[in-house]
Amino acid sequence: MWDGILIGISTAFSPVNLIAVMLGCFAGTFIGLLPGLGPISAIALMIPITYGLDPATGMILMAGVYYGAIFGGSTSSILINAPGVAGTVASSFDGYPLAKSGNAGKALALAAYSSFIGGTVATFLLLLFAPLLAKVSLSFQSSDYFMLMVLGLTTVAAFSGKGNYLKAGIMTIFGLMLSTVGTDLSTGVERYTFGSIDLLDGISFLLLAMASFALAEALHNILVPVKESDTSSTEVSDLSISKQEFGEVAPTIGRSSILGFFVGILPGAGATIASFLAYGVERNLASEEQKQKFGKGSLRGLAAPETANNAACSGSFVPLLTLGIPGSGTTAIMLGALISYGVQPGPRLFVDHPQVFWSVIISMYIGNMVLLIMNLPLIPYIAKLLTVPRPILIPLILFFSLIGVYLVSFNTTDLYIMVFIAIFALLLRLLQFPIAPMLLGFILGKPIEDNLYRALLANNGSVSFLWERPITLAIFCLVCAVVILPCWRIYRKRSSD
Amino acid sequence: MKTYDYFAMPFLIILTAACFFLSIRKSPQNLHSDSIQQIHFLVPGGVGGGWDTTARTVGEVLRKAKLVPQISYENLSGGGGGKAIAHVIETAKHQQQTLMVNSTPIVIRSLQKVFPQSFRDLTPIASIIGDYSCLVVTKDSKYNNWSQIVAEYRQKPSKISIAGGSVKGGMDHLVAAMICEACEIELSDLVYIPYDAGGKALAGLISGETQLLSTGLGEAMELAKAGQLKIIAVTAPNRVKAISDIPTFRELGYDVVFANWRGFFAPPGIHEKQRKLYDKLFRKMYDEVLWKEARKKNGWSEIYYANDEFTQFLQRQEQQLQKLMTKLGFIKETQK
Repeated sequence: MWDGILIGISTAFSPVNLIAVMLGCFAGTFIGLLPGLGPISAIALMIPITYGLDPATGMILMAGVYYGAIFGGSTSSILINAPGVAGTVASSFDGYPLAKSGNAGKALALAAYSSFIGGTVATFLLLLFAPLLAKVSLSFQSSDYFMLMVLGLTTVAAFSGKGNYLKAGIMTIFGLMLSTVGTDLSTGVERYTFGSIDLLDGISFLLLAMASFALAEALHNILVPVKESDTSSTEVSDLSISKQEFGEVAPTIGRSSILGFFVGILPGAGATIASFLAYGVERNLASEEQKQKFGKGSLRGLAAPETANNAACSGSFVPLLTLGIPGSGTTAIMLGALISYGVQPGPRLFVDHPQVFWSVIISMYIGNMVLLIMNLPLIPYIAKLLTVPRPILIPLILFFSLIGVYLVSFNTTDLYIMVFIAIFALLLRLLQFPIAPMLLGFILGKPIEDNLYRALLANNGSVSFLWERPITLAIFCLVCAVVILPCWRIYRKRSSD
Repeated sequence: MKTYDYFAMPFLIILTAACFFLSIRKSPQNLHSDSIQQIHFLVPGGVGGGWDTTARTVGEVLRKAKLVPQISYENLSGGGGGKAIAHVIETAKHQQQTLMVNSTPIVIRSLQKVFPQSFRDLTPIASIIGDYSCLVVTKDSKYNNWSQIVAEYRQKPSKISIAGGSVKGGMDHLVAAMICEACEIELSDLVYIPYDAGGKALAGLISGETQLLSTGLGEAMELAKAGQLKIIAVTAPNRVKAISDIPTFRELGYDVVFANWRGFFAPPGIHEKQRKLYDKLFRKMYDEVLWKEARKKNGWSEIYYANDEFTQFLQRQEQQLQKLMTKLGFIKETQK
């Protein structure tokens, strides 16, 4: 094992490969910055370029692209509230308020640090436990996923703020409803498409996120101009995180790394669920006083999803590398990339070609490290984006969010739908409805429905899986606890008053 | 801050102008030469999907082998491919250089009336590659061959469910139904569990949620070689070279032959000469070492039909699927 690791390290540090990983990180960050282009498109765009490269070089370049794109995605969601990938939605909840209050540099630096630590911890866990965890990752069945998604839905309380539970609930259900648009997986029937061919595939996450977050925010800024903050550009690009702040987020990062990794190894869950769960967990663990800060620029609220997101991305390589099973869109395209370099992931990889196995893992690690080293000096410049005067910045945001959606589908109808949703979301915002629960409902709606359908089908229509499957039962109990405990607390408080 | 307002307007105008310039395409001009100078690949789905990979791989081979000097790509997703089909037909006049990539779902979806057009409204050029389907079980499964499974089905049909990576009425489901029908298993006994991607269906099978998986041979082959899965039988007409120990359904006495092809379509009404040129071009491509490498890299089987042969193949496939889908209730008996 150590021989393999040493060979892997020496290959990774050859000058050619170091240049490759830097190029990859740079290209990945740049592509990921554009709302709409996430890791999947970044890797798909880079694969043809890497044909003909040495497999090790190609792989290490891809690792750079992969982590770069994830980081780039967080950047756009923190700076301009445009989460182009579902995994970075939760980062915008606290990242964007932080950036808006003049701490853009700090927010980005914290995101970079926590992504790095999350990725590193997860890569180590991958290194140590990958073969062991392979079985665990594939023992989850649809009923377990169903419950896990429901657990994800309970985190909605975290976004609702004080006294807004009803509105948050309404928006969650609205999001669930939006997720039913399109062809139904279970019956092949069209739902709520109004005969339009453009709604047949449903509303894309990207479209909804761009319209309801980025576009609506930009429009809101035009209607309700915020006072031009007097923060000088030195403050915006200040990266320093104080010792006390670091002490505050350190346990968060530790918890979220482990949580993210374990959610990430499940083929049906992935980075999005991981980041939402981490956010919810942190909020539930926080003291009453800190709870108030969530959603308004809490450092913990930013560190948790950022760490979990990256840790989950590394975790998703467990089923891919050990069994050759791609659990997510990104790992599916990674599988394509690996095969094109002549690497067939699977149980035989570890036995027959340990040096290849280790070099994949080590290149992931190097990609993560180079990204941090490269991006920290760049952050002040990226953060300065916010000092661009609003008359220029807002049209740019409008332009890039529309282009981002169009570049993925090349479908003009999407743009009309987008503008419609943006105006609707703007109205909701003006009426003080929180938008995040809608996105949460939308993201979780489809997996909840599909997994429940599959679970019922596999059980001949009975719900016995609720108590027959231990994993489902355990998560179910957790859901009950999360829902009932706060209600009970409120009830006790009221009766004691 | 006020001064910046003066910048905003010209800035927007420049952006708009840039968009306009970018949208103007070079006008086509190569009708009269005797080789194909330019191909514009239209992909009905997003970047990185199966259609996209096919178009881009073929395009790269054509360019690198210097068979076609100018290659471009366009992605237009929506409506399960219907958007792109409608686009090609509407703008056929300006699309003489366009080849749209498509695959078996064009037949399925036009039968389901997802979109009103069918392959008849286009000019079928050639199927380029393909993949046979197969049924697989996990390595620890108690089933080793198809007759065991049929026997089990006859006893306790509800005990066996089949996973697949497509919606109900999609390809993986139809293949499973086709096999059941040939084996005289009641279609109502077929429990098909849909997953949203092949990889997830595989994970479902391994988790023990289902006993069988209906999938493409390309996806199952490597895992079977690694000893992770057992392939029960394939829907190829003859044994597949790479896995010559796996029987075909035909050998087992059930006449199930099904290939998921991927190929190209030109807009309606293209010149006969152009059609012949395409045929020549793809035949040439099949001799290229580059293409053989690319096919091997992607695990694609050779399923090559050109022009009329392709059209007949499509008609046969349509008939086969129509009968089945009517029985399954995915096509409503329309007034004919």
